[in-house]
Amino acid sequence: MSTVDILSAGPMLTVQDLGRPGFLASGVSAAGPMDPPSLRIANALVGNEAGAAALEFAHVGGRFQFGDKCRIAVTGGDVDIRRDGVRLYPWESHEILPGQMLVVGGLRSAVWGYLAISGGIDVPPVLGSRSTHLRTGLGGHEGRRLQAGDRLPLGQATDAPLLCPSLPWLPISGPVRVVAGPQADYFADEVLQLFTRSRFTVSSQRDRMAQVLEGPALSAQRGHDIVSDGTCMGSIQVPASGRPIVLMAERQTTGGYPKIATVISADVPRLAQMPSGQRLRFVTIEQDAAEDVLIANEAALQDLLGTLVESAK
Amino acid sequence: MTEVFPRILACGDKALSVEFADRIDEGVNASVIALAEDLCADAIEGVTEVVPTYRSLMVTYDPLLARGRVLAAEIERRLASISAVVPEGCLFDVPVVYGGGAGLDFEELAALKGLTSDELIALHASVEYRVYMIGFAPGFAYLGGLPQALHTPRLATPRQRVEAGSIGIGGQQASINSLAGPSGWRYIGRTPLRLFDPARAAPCLLRAGDRIRFRAIDAAEARAIDGSPEQSKRESWLS
Repeated sequence: MSTVDILSAGPMLTVQDLGRPGFLASGVSAAGPMDPPSLRIANALVGNEAGAAALEFAHVGGRFQFGDKCRIAVTGGDVDIRRDGVRLYPWESHEILPGQMLVVGGLRSAVWGYLAISGGIDVPPVLGSRSTHLRTGLGGHEGRRLQAGDRLPLGQATDAPLLCPSLPWLPISGPVRVVAGPQADYFADEVLQLFTRSRFTVSSQRDRMAQVLEGPALSAQRGHDIVSDGTCMGSIQVPASGRPIVLMAERQTTGGYPKIATVISADVPRLAQMPSGQRLRFVTIEQDAAEDVLIANEAALQDLLGTLVESAK
Repeated sequence: MTEVFPRILACGDKALSVEFADRIDEGVNASVIALAEDLCADAIEGVTEVVPTYRSLMVTYDPLLARGRVLAAEIERRLASISAVVPEGCLFDVPVVYGGGAGLDFEELAALKGLTSDELIALHASVEYRVYMIGFAPGFAYLGGLPQALHTPRLATPRQRVEAGSIGIGGQQASINSLAGPSGWRYIGRTPLRLFDPARAAPCLLRAGDRIRFRAIDAAEARAIDGSPEQSKRESWLS
């Protein structure tokens, strides 16, 4: 069986696949990647199935060695990668030989990176997924962050060539798009205008569960307690502090704070990738328009995944 | 402000919230569960999950297969015909060691309420509770039915860790915590039952709509249950 050895690990290195859907009614959020398109592109570049597990890291990946020859790809942003000290490029696959040292990190202008390895990380699935749910110790490798000394099994690799995209994965720009509600009616019109007219800053209070934003306090005229209801990835809840909290991959499945709006699916990865200190604005769109964006975004991703080309060695 | 219920609200581009009311009420919760069961029994193309909560049902969907507005219209249609009377959920007999290491607030709560230990136990175990929802964390059971005399505000500062199986009180709500973790609720005991077990076909022991009666046991009986196969078996604890 092929393996990967973790010689050193960044502060937040976990096993993630596309997540663990189907258990929200059991209180289990899906976990999975903070930036799903980047994980999907990384897997495709090394010839893996879309649902294969890879390594997600925040800022810095770590140092890795492999028991057998394999292909790797790193995505998520612009990132420094070295194979035995020689620079490699992200967003394309590379061959690594046994004994060679792969060093990944740090990311520039992005927060979450993905290291896919041919064959995928073959830890045992829990409730149908290999994703790590850190807060509950579920899935991944012993339900925890990876650390130096860990050795993970790899699955059977396909014999795909080294690949790179022929189309760019263009970063979306402009305000972060949201659908109003479900509890927009807890806020006065002036506060809803404040929400879309003000600049917010991504604070350093962030993890796989949620991101806190700094900005003008958003006071709910009907109070900051609701009868707890369901949450989504991208729900923007506002506790009594008035500071919005965007719920992410490992969120609690229900919550008791009013949710002023929900970040659209296409923009959640962009918000996740914003470095702390970055400023942003929100703009409201209708649910129907948000679905149109999701469908177009998925088509663009499928185009990219369907047109990978063999890279010149 | 007056809303007309039920109403369907957008939650981004992959979920709808069907709100039946804005209060905690057994009849409202029964309607939520009835719609959830209807959507499970007769699935709508594109619906991925249904999440029953106290007074609303979250319906998640895949926009590549179904559009929210079409789904909302279909749910509206079904709302007209679902019956709000759900069959009574299963009744469970849940053993609890009151006080002890996990009963962090047991003595303080008894003193606060002017009750002896036995009176506190008798009061907490005197009623039938209803599981309103499973949420927040894997397997965490939110219960309704707490006697009014035991309603107690949450702690000002949450604790970093309470034990799995802890029996809690948060305002007018009661809980059985499934996993160890932080909480601002008050805790008066612990059940050895394992509420969440990913190795079990249905990972949650309890379901929304189930009914609970608590029964005081001693530490020796809890030790006998801890680690036994019974700990994880739903059918072993049916009343």
